[in-house]
Amino acid sequence: MSGAATGTGLTVLDEVFATARAEGRAALIGYLPTGYPTVAGSKGLLAQTLDAGADLVEIGLPYSDPVLDGPVIQHAVETALRGGVRTKDTLEVVESVAARGGRAVVMTYWNPILRYGVEAFARDLAAAGGLGLITPDLVPDEAAGWLDAAERHGLGRTFLVAPSSTEERLRSTTAATRGFVYAASTMGVTGARDAVSDTAPALVERTRRHTDLPIGVGLGVRSGAQAGEVAQFADGVIVGSALVSAAEHGRAAVARLASELAAGVRGNHTGR
Amino acid sequence: MTALPTAGDGLADHGHDPDGGGHFGRFGGRYMPEALIAAVDEVAAAYEKARHDPEFLTELDRLQRDYAGRPSPVTEARRLSEHAGGATILLKREDLNHTGSHKINNVLGQALLTVRMGKTRVIAETGAGQHGVATATAAALLGLECVVYMGEVDTERQALNVARMRLLGAEVVPVTTGSRTLKDALNEAYRDWVSSVEHTHYVLGTAAGPHPFPMMVRDFHRVIGLEARAQVLASHGTLPDAVLACVGGGSNAIGIFHPFLDDAGVRLVGCEAAGDGVDTGRHAASITGGSPGALHGALTFVLQDDDGQTVESHSISAGLDYPGVGPEHSYLAEIGRAEYVAVTDTEAMDAFRLLCRTEGIIPAIESAHAIAGALRLGRELGPDATLLVNLSGRGDKDVETAARWFEVVDPAALPTTEPVPDDAAAGEREL
Repeated sequence: MSGAATGTGLTVLDEVFATARAEGRAALIGYLPTGYPTVAGSKGLLAQTLDAGADLVEIGLPYSDPVLDGPVIQHAVETALRGGVRTKDTLEVVESVAARGGRAVVMTYWNPILRYGVEAFARDLAAAGGLGLITPDLVPDEAAGWLDAAERHGLGRTFLVAPSSTEERLRSTTAATRGFVYAASTMGVTGARDAVSDTAPALVERTRRHTDLPIGVGLGVRSGAQAGEVAQFADGVIVGSALVSAAEHGRAAVARLASELAAGVRGNHTGR
Repeated sequence: MTALPTAGDGLADHGHDPDGGGHFGRFGGRYMPEALIAAVDEVAAAYEKARHDPEFLTELDRLQRDYAGRPSPVTEARRLSEHAGGATILLKREDLNHTGSHKINNVLGQALLTVRMGKTRVIAETGAGQHGVATATAAALLGLECVVYMGEVDTERQALNVARMRLLGAEVVPVTTGSRTLKDALNEAYRDWVSSVEHTHYVLGTAAGPHPFPMMVRDFHRVIGLEARAQVLASHGTLPDAVLACVGGGSNAIGIFHPFLDDAGVRLVGCEAAGDGVDTGRHAASITGGSPGALHGALTFVLQDDDGQTVESHSISAGLDYPGVGPEHSYLAEIGRAEYVAVTDTEAMDAFRLLCRTEGIIPAIESAHAIAGALRLGRELGPDATLLVNLSGRGDKDVETAARWFEVVDPAALPTTEPVPDDAAAGEREL
């Protein structure tokens, strides 16, 4: 397989992780929201992130009530919304990433998708070349419509697991997941932290007992060294707030950080 | 009057619980991060156990009686009636509870539950400050650490309640994100809880949010309707024609409505805040002027734009200034069992003034919306009608806002933190 044109979003997503695994490393996944600092600006920053070595980008769909986000992402998203960003802009950004061969999923709180229409959004996301959705405030219990729509349009479905998840919920959540699982490594909101939480390896280990899917670890990674540390036990290293902070300083800062993170995930083989 | 139903009776099985996932029809549920699912499961399990535990029920009843002052009386508003088409108006006096509103019913229940779960810290969001004050009160009583999140705008317009919370030993955190009102206080409380859930219980202040909160908070408030139903039957020998209550999140309304659900002849009327008018877009009437969406953990009616972004709500009443509503209200609206009307700031303040002048009761501005609804309905139904109104809170906290609205004191004598409301109708506001 050789890229987005040959398969569904889900098969391409699987390929992203298979490729990284074949190279004996974790995948680097970078998050940036649509419309920060502007829609055009976010396209440029995402391109920069991919060119610097990220395997996949998460394109954040700005939402007015981001309860899982810390101050950095809150600020970026508020800026985007004040700038008038719309749901269709995220689809346009996905399209721009896909058009240059980049791999993108959308990360979104659920209400904008409900409002757009779950089936309509799945259709339009697939048409734009998006590979799937990460849904931080949608648990599989409430996701019946999305499970069906994702199947129909061949999209990945990334649900989150957390240190507080019970074994039964790890089982049911990973069973509903397609593509990769998002392990929220700490109990808390998004934001760069000095140390990677020691709950992360344990969560990944517990999650692996329930699924063979790749597991991405997010919440708190901000340096190449931390990325390398996470890459030792996870299949994907997810970086959000640190990239958004870098974006405040422009494209060069984003490129610098993404390169450092890409070196981090490559310098530390997972052996998986 | 003896043998009125008690708070504990409100928790007994009543046949109107949501499904196991917390759904009332298509509304409710859990639209929330996985990280908090274990916490709400823990609350649900603790509540399920507590509601069938005689020891818990006895302790709840003791506190509601000896500490909060239950039962609250029902007052017939004879002079107000003249302005309501002669209809009989009965006021359920939740304003007379300790801390000045219905909020104490829920807070004492949840604080007792916090202790049973072995947690030592409570957090809460507050709009008008009534729920924050009630939570700070219960925390002081039971020796719990207490942090209250309050939108910065609300800390300014409800400065007295901020002082009360601090006097009670709570930490008040002004929230400066988003619209700096109740919805943003909720966001901050969720952000706190996801980091602190091991030792902290989130005392959600209204019958909204993820399951089990809409059900549990409702049950703690059902005592309002249980008492009132028995009181009205005893004093008037009949059920009321309609029960009215204001609806922000809707906890006082669901509490008084619920025991009347099976009384098919009793109309249930929720009075939402129309702010400047629903057609102006500057309002807080989620059912009247909103559409279904997921906000703060539940699928319910929400004020939102075409992209599903939450729209800022507007109301003179901080306690109703919220762009969502409890999911059971959305359900009752959809099946037609309850009706929801919208009351403007001006109409509510007119009712506020009327109740002050005719009955010697200064209501919370929130509750004045229900009074306005009763005046309207009474004029429609005439002198044979009997209307039960939940007077959910007293107006001490609103004296400054009302003084500005009616220009009863020299503006220079009032604190300068709150902008004077701009309005074209100032001439109508003389007392």
